[in-house]
Amino acid sequence: MCLAIPHRILRLFDDKRALASAGPVETEIRVDLVPGLEIGDVVLVHAGFAIERLLEEHGQEIEALWEEVRRMAGTGHE
Amino acid sequence: MNDTRQRIALLSKALDLLTDRPIKVMEVCGTHTVSIFRQGLRSLLPPSLKLVSGPGCPVCVTDQGEIDAAVSLAGINGVTVATYGDMLRVPGSGSSLMNERARGRDVRIVTSADQALEIARNEKTRLIVFVAVGFETTAPSTASVILDAHRDRISNFTVLDLHKAVPPALEALASDADIDLDALLLPGHVSVILGLSPYGFLPERYGIACAVAGFEAEEIMLGLVEVARQIKEGRPRVASLYGQAVRAEGNPFARSLVDRVFEPGDSSWRGLGEIPLSGYALREEYSSMDALKRLDISIRRTPPPDGCSCGEVLRGVMTPRECPLFGNLCNPSHPVGPCMVSGEGSCAAHFRFSAGGDDPWKR
Ligand code: SF4
Repeated sequence: MCLAIPHRILRLFDDKRALASAGPVETEIRVDLVPGLEIGDVVLVHAGFAIERLLEEHGQEIEALWEEVRRMAGTGHE
Repeated sequence: MNDTRQRIALLSKALDLLTDRPIKVMEVCGTHTVSIFRQGLRSLLPPSLKLVSGPGCPVCVTDQGEIDAAVSLAGINGVTVATYGDMLRVPGSGSSLMNERARGRDVRIVTSADQALEIARNEKTRLIVFVAVGFETTAPSTASVILDAHRDRISNFTVLDLHKAVPPALEALASDADIDLDALLLPGHVSVILGLSPYGFLPERYGIACAVAGFEAEEIMLGLVEVARQIKEGRPRVASLYGQAVRAEGNPFARSLVDRVFEPGDSSWRGLGEIPLSGYALREEYSSMDALKRLDISIRRTPPPDGCSCGEVLRGVMTPRECPLFGNLCNPSHPVGPCMVSGEGSCAAHFRFSAGGDDPWKR
């Protein structure tokens, strides 16, 4: 029920509606919950509405944690 | 693939090293529950880490009395009930929306609030009741559609508003000594809207380690490593490990729409009972769209079915298998409780993946 699936915006019809694709499937979605979307943006779509623009980076905390995991489990420590 | 396998092996080893005492972690979100099963992650967990499912499936926590109200609304002449597909089979005390549809009532499945409003625009002689369920992730879409209906004066569109707020339910769980949680894997898509600050009370007041995590195998394992590390270091906090989608401030615009349409109200959760201010009540300005007021139906408390342990399962104090009805009397073809209905319900997930099968992460 809380599933949200990444879609790429293909066409903006007006300030509320867009055509978006997830893989080969194209659907009309609502875009009014995320102001300022542009064609080509990748958004998370939940229940027919884009809820956020997806960024490419994973964020700092993930990078730092991975470093620590590698240090802990990768080398030494056994 | 091998890269993933290697990374999962690293994470599993790190988790082992970090877990030096029994810890209990709850995955709040139903999507996490299913993902953990589907990806076979349980086999990678150290024996001292106990993973329990929480109340994070909106369909499962919809109270029996709320379903009864939807059933009553569907029985009124001229009413069309529109709702998400998962809601149809959820049993009320006497019937379900599925049964009502089989009896000829007009119950339709929609995949968005927008579609429900579209029905109202196209069929002016019907009174549409959109049964709106869902957490913070879903409430903004309902709010947006209510604002549309208000602006366009669509007078035959109403809402049975069953939306629920996650943080008050987490507070109820955190303060329950029976449950005794060490850590929470926070729901990713609820956090997209809420951001991180609404969870601050969990580490601060209850000492609970928290991580917002994504849904891939690696992301879930990372979330577990993070909370295990916080516990080991004795420094609980809210870590954000789903940076692609979750900003610290959430989606303030979506929240502003929700605030325009709804105000905090009490809500009844299946298994957890009434939790103060854990619901979204329609503001006075939009009360003409309140299906309960418009059609004079009320939500009543009714006792759960005999033997159903959904309450214990949703609070993480019982595993689905410990429910005496699991399997024989309650299964996906004959669900007794809602946890067996929704694809994300923990009983349904345990049932579907119970055959076990190969451990995908074994060499
Ligand atoms: S097995 Fe059925 S009755 Fe038992 S807790 Fe799960 S859904 Fe409820």
